[in-house]
Amino acid sequence: MKRSDVWVVVEQHDGVAAEVSLELLGRARELADTLGAQVGAVLIGAGAALGDVARELVARGADTVFFVVHDDLAHYLAQPYAAVVGSLIREHQPQIVLYGATTTGRDLAPRVASALRTGLTADCTDLRIGDHVLKGEEYRDLLYQIRPAFGGNIIATIISPLHRPQMATVREGVMVMPEEDRRRDGAIVAVPVTRSSAPLHDAAGVTLTDAEFAVTLVRRVQEEKRVDLKGARVVVAGGVGVGSREGFALVEELARTLGGVVGASRAAVDAGWVAHDHQIGQTGTTVRPKLYIACGISGSVQHRAGMDQSARILAVNDDPLAPIFSVAHYGIVGDLHKVIPQLIAAYRSKGAGGEAAPAPAGASAASDGGAP
Amino acid sequence: MPQLRIAVLVKQVPDTANVTGEAMKEDGTVNRAALPAVFNPEDLNALEEALKLRDRHDARVTVVTMGPPAAVQVLRESLYRGADEVILLTDKAFAGADTLATSYALSLAIRKLGGADLVLCGRQAIDGDTAQVGPQTAEKLGYPQITCVSRIDALVAPDGEGADGAAAAGSVTATRSIEGGFETLTSSLPCLLTVTGEANDPRPPSVKLVMTYKGIAAEAMPDYDDTYLDPENDAAEVCMLGRDGKPVCRAKVVQWDHEALAADRDSLGLRGSPTRVKEIESVVLAQSEARMVEPTDAGIAELVHELIEEHILG
Repeated sequence: MKRSDVWVVVEQHDGVAAEVSLELLGRARELADTLGAQVGAVLIGAGAALGDVARELVARGADTVFFVVHDDLAHYLAQPYAAVVGSLIREHQPQIVLYGATTTGRDLAPRVASALRTGLTADCTDLRIGDHVLKGEEYRDLLYQIRPAFGGNIIATIISPLHRPQMATVREGVMVMPEEDRRRDGAIVAVPVTRSSAPLHDAAGVTLTDAEFAVTLVRRVQEEKRVDLKGARVVVAGGVGVGSREGFALVEELARTLGGVVGASRAAVDAGWVAHDHQIGQTGTTVRPKLYIACGISGSVQHRAGMDQSARILAVNDDPLAPIFSVAHYGIVGDLHKVIPQLIAAYRSKGAGGEAAPAPAGASAASDGGAP
Repeated sequence: MPQLRIAVLVKQVPDTANVTGEAMKEDGTVNRAALPAVFNPEDLNALEEALKLRDRHDARVTVVTMGPPAAVQVLRESLYRGADEVILLTDKAFAGADTLATSYALSLAIRKLGGADLVLCGRQAIDGDTAQVGPQTAEKLGYPQITCVSRIDALVAPDGEGADGAAAAGSVTATRSIEGGFETLTSSLPCLLTVTGEANDPRPPSVKLVMTYKGIAAEAMPDYDDTYLDPENDAAEVCMLGRDGKPVCRAKVVQWDHEALAADRDSLGLRGSPTRVKEIESVVLAQSEARMVEPTDAGIAELVHELIEEHILG
């Protein structure tokens, strides 16, 4: 491998790659093609299913998969995983290393960056290649790491001109998932792992010492995900302006009518009108539906950060000065308790003639991805 | 029985939750002066966890912040809530630090304190939302880390006061939020935890402690160039800690510069920061105009029709 490679550190749980890691492979492929470089993927874990994940990574764009399998690496733990990633980076010297901005990626990447004394930009929403002039010197082909900052009030482009690798965590859902191509060729390189009580200096591959296992997993509880906001083509979200739990039923009815999924602002979740897994925004889910309808949502920066990439945004609010209108494509100033029934009636009479009958109660739009 | 040493890392931040149009300058950058400076919210949650632990254990809570002299305000607020000792890292050499350079300075401060059994900080600060300083500080100290902690389940102090009485190093068990669930982890001490807003409701300042501490200022190190000190605090009285380590009348804000930390200047501030801001673009100014639709049956019907025509709605 050459010094110029672009890497993705892949997150997997129980033999399934995280979506954000696959999304990152797509962008890594584009960046590598721009740079004339190769794409490397680092896959760490244990278990028989990991081989399938490695093949999927190749099918999604990796040229080389560093396949790091050891029973002690079955669950993510910051220190041993950081030791593996740091050791591989030192050996192969990639120029760019990308991580998903998940709780795992945001736990792991800074630990690696600190050990390598290199730059790291958190929560990027875009990555590009570009040049920069610093003190009269031109730096070519740098990674532009683009991210919101100051609570989403500004977008900053961050660079790391003098340090390698250039590292970034990237938010889930902002990059496009690459198609799977099972005919792609790629190398799956098994990295030997040695577990030792003390550091070894001449072992091949990666050495894990007991000191790196100061933390142990007691239990991991995965609650079943019932709401598929990310897969929704239409999201109808309610905020504090909805006024009550009963008012929220209107939001739900509009979502059902349009074949959409119910979203909510933090205020509506905090008020107890809807469960937390419906929350959109910086502390909730980031969505990019074809249509986002914001009902009674003022549009705090935190909320906008989770929905402003939607293809179309319709805002309904009785306050004409609500910040939500600044990101909306269509605005209706009015009482949502009147406007929502009007929207439902208009859709039923004009659009729903024939096959586009409203989905039954409780159904989500997750399955209608094939619709035009 | 040794006292449990808890260090809490806090930050003074601009209140980004309440940014208005006036806080944005013409050129699209943030006008910090128009924003009130606040105690970073999740750092208050971290302090609260420290104070809760001290309620149950013999512990000493030391709060450390890095920032300009005005950042002494978050140290005051820490004292008002019950911190035992506060330390201000302030020096022009620290200015312009990214998360790597910040974690370097903070880790040196903890080393200068002789280490800690538990280091607590907020998961992330609301100005940058990076969540990087915690893990980076842990790495620099060689401590394990548990991030995004929503609950501290158990703490066994270093001499093994826990039920099994065996763990000489002590341990902490904490639950962290992960996507779609949570996980519980146990770490030996020392350990660094980053705490989220879910963990607790921070206690308000105590009226008694406010009266005790309200006049305190940062105390310069001997021979320190104090022209950099906050002029508003010139007249404030400074008292020493008592022999038992408890403040007698007023606590001292210990102030350390890069020499006090014996820091490598090339690893501090802008010089020690690999990342650079190339460009900043205002989101508030870069907005498009929404097309306003009349809230009438006809206006809404036309909008819905258009969305269906454009295949936005199925």
